[in-house]
Amino acid sequence: MTLDLIIPIIITLVGASTPILLAGLGELVAEKSGVLNLGVEGMMLIGAVITVAVVLLTGNHWLAIICAAGASAAAALIFGFLTLSLSANQVATGLALTIFGTGFSALFGQPYTGKAVPLFRSPFPPELAADPVWRVVFGYSPLVYFSLIMVVAVWWFLQRTRAGLILRAVGENDLSAHSIGYSVIGVRYLAVAFGGAMAGIAGSCFPLILTPQWVERLTTGRGWIALALVVFAAWRPFRLLAGAYLFGLVMTLEVYAKAAGGGFRVLPSELWAALPYLATILVLVLISMRRGGSSSAPACLGKPFLPTG
Amino acid sequence: MTVLNRRTLIKIGGAAAALPLVGGRAFAQEKLKVGFVLIGTPDDNGWNFGHDTGRKYMLDQIGADKVETTVVTNVAEGPDSERVFRELAQQGHKLIYATSFGYGDYVHKVAKQFPDVKFEWATGNSTAPNVSIYNAKFHEGRAVLGTIAGMMTKTNTLAYIGSFPIPEVRMGINAFAIAARKVNPEVKVKVVYVDSWFDPAKEADAARALIDQGVDVITQHTDGPAALQVAEERGIVGGFGQGADMSAFAPKAHLTAIIDNWGPHYVKSVQSVLDGTWAEGSVWDGIASGEVEIGKYNEKIPADVVAAAEKVKNDIAAGTLHPFAGPINDNAGTERVAAGDVIDDGEFWAVDWYAEGVEA
Repeated sequence: MTLDLIIPIIITLVGASTPILLAGLGELVAEKSGVLNLGVEGMMLIGAVITVAVVLLTGNHWLAIICAAGASAAAALIFGFLTLSLSANQVATGLALTIFGTGFSALFGQPYTGKAVPLFRSPFPPELAADPVWRVVFGYSPLVYFSLIMVVAVWWFLQRTRAGLILRAVGENDLSAHSIGYSVIGVRYLAVAFGGAMAGIAGSCFPLILTPQWVERLTTGRGWIALALVVFAAWRPFRLLAGAYLFGLVMTLEVYAKAAGGGFRVLPSELWAALPYLATILVLVLISMRRGGSSSAPACLGKPFLPTG
Repeated sequence: MTVLNRRTLIKIGGAAAALPLVGGRAFAQEKLKVGFVLIGTPDDNGWNFGHDTGRKYMLDQIGADKVETTVVTNVAEGPDSERVFRELAQQGHKLIYATSFGYGDYVHKVAKQFPDVKFEWATGNSTAPNVSIYNAKFHEGRAVLGTIAGMMTKTNTLAYIGSFPIPEVRMGINAFAIAARKVNPEVKVKVVYVDSWFDPAKEADAARALIDQGVDVITQHTDGPAALQVAEERGIVGGFGQGADMSAFAPKAHLTAIIDNWGPHYVKSVQSVLDGTWAEGSVWDGIASGEVEIGKYNEKIPADVVAAAEKVKNDIAAGTLHPFAGPINDNAGTERVAAGDVIDDGEFWAVDWYAEGVEA
């Protein structure tokens, strides 16, 4: 393989990885606080449709991303109200959020279908962004650089700040956190809202980087891959980064191998498509073997907080 | 669809006022309920858009006073579709269009349970006393696209993004490749299957992968404009709309489009149910009868290319050119169709090879 093929592959794989990385980071924080939100796909669709609407109305990409983050965070807060304040089942409510997001985005997006959306291009001067070699560093949308900054930010927040420690405590042992005076529900609301905002920004990636249009179900299941990714990463931000790019590499290599033809087509395409999930299962098996049966999941993941007395 | 607005209310009022004149007969005739089951949504600007446009045309032609339609969108090819067909039949729909290949098994299953309901299965391959099939010869349109692509390409490398390797798609690829090589024997066609009728992000990535490997004309047999948008962004020679005109998405790259025109078929078949003459059968028309249309040509296509494309189109319509006229070799070099022979409509579905120049 030559350099003039490797660079385009890297650029395509970064594009494919960025939405699952962003959504995965948000979900990671929510899950670290003990909340399992299966509504990622729905929140991504809401983010995507809001992005298209705002870009077409105002032409401002940044405003569109902020609105997408806000709209998806609002949807996440509905989920939060049901699961945190009313203690509804998180799995069922999360699935309902996905269905709601799919339906809402389809309805809201009707006026915007059939219209091309301007791409959100590299912020660097064209001499750098379009250079055959340097574009591998400078040729991406601002959303890509944002996602990388967020990896470090989330890691720093969770591992190096007091607030991050509280969030992890709430996720590992909600009753203890409650007993020393922290608001478990309050922390979880914030974490869920952050997860929603990140899923919304992940949704923005579709019309702004990948395929500049709105059409129903635009994200076609990438939200589920993001959920698998969080488990694959064992709830660690840097492993999440590696996992997102690994999943992106698999998705990208599939189409490049098919386009190359010949001996590159050894794997059937169904297997390519299943690889991220197979990898996740494999990692789960490895984790549970290493830790003598216990997983690295936050101890309170998915459990409603019901303080007694 | 049954949408009540002020205008239809006035119409109903008018009709009611006129009723005493015609006696009670208008009440006796119940509207025919027709169901449409779509794999996606009408706003995909492609396959589903084509069927929905056909439905609207049919409503216009036959009149909303005689027929009412129900559209069910986003029905996956699989067991869930069976439920949809059964519900439509139970709700009194007497004619149901199943507009995707993968509905077949479920259409036949439900059709057996509702013998008085007529089913029509688009792109299907088997009939029953109350199941007909209808299809369009898209490969005829693809021969026109192949002619344009073969003449326009500078890298002699064309691409074809397919959904699944079913006969319909494979023969589209063959028609495209054969026509392209007729005008440019150096041409090869790279094929990428994305294993979905609808996955815009993957279609776009496939287009990127193909362009990065030297392709400069892309065509696709999936339901949306994602690949065409990548072609526009990268500034390659171009691509083609599938199912409908997609030039709004790619004004520079959109060379022309294959436009599905289901309207005339829907009018004929609904009318035959109204008349009581509907019968089991198979309809497979193409350019000649207007089911397959070629869209507007992009201004950047040179006049001689347009003329060549028009000639292919007109010759196919006139019956003097067959898209699968021999000699045809497969991509391993074996002669599959002898000179003077053609692949006829019956043999079409059994073809399991790719024509010379196809890399799949």
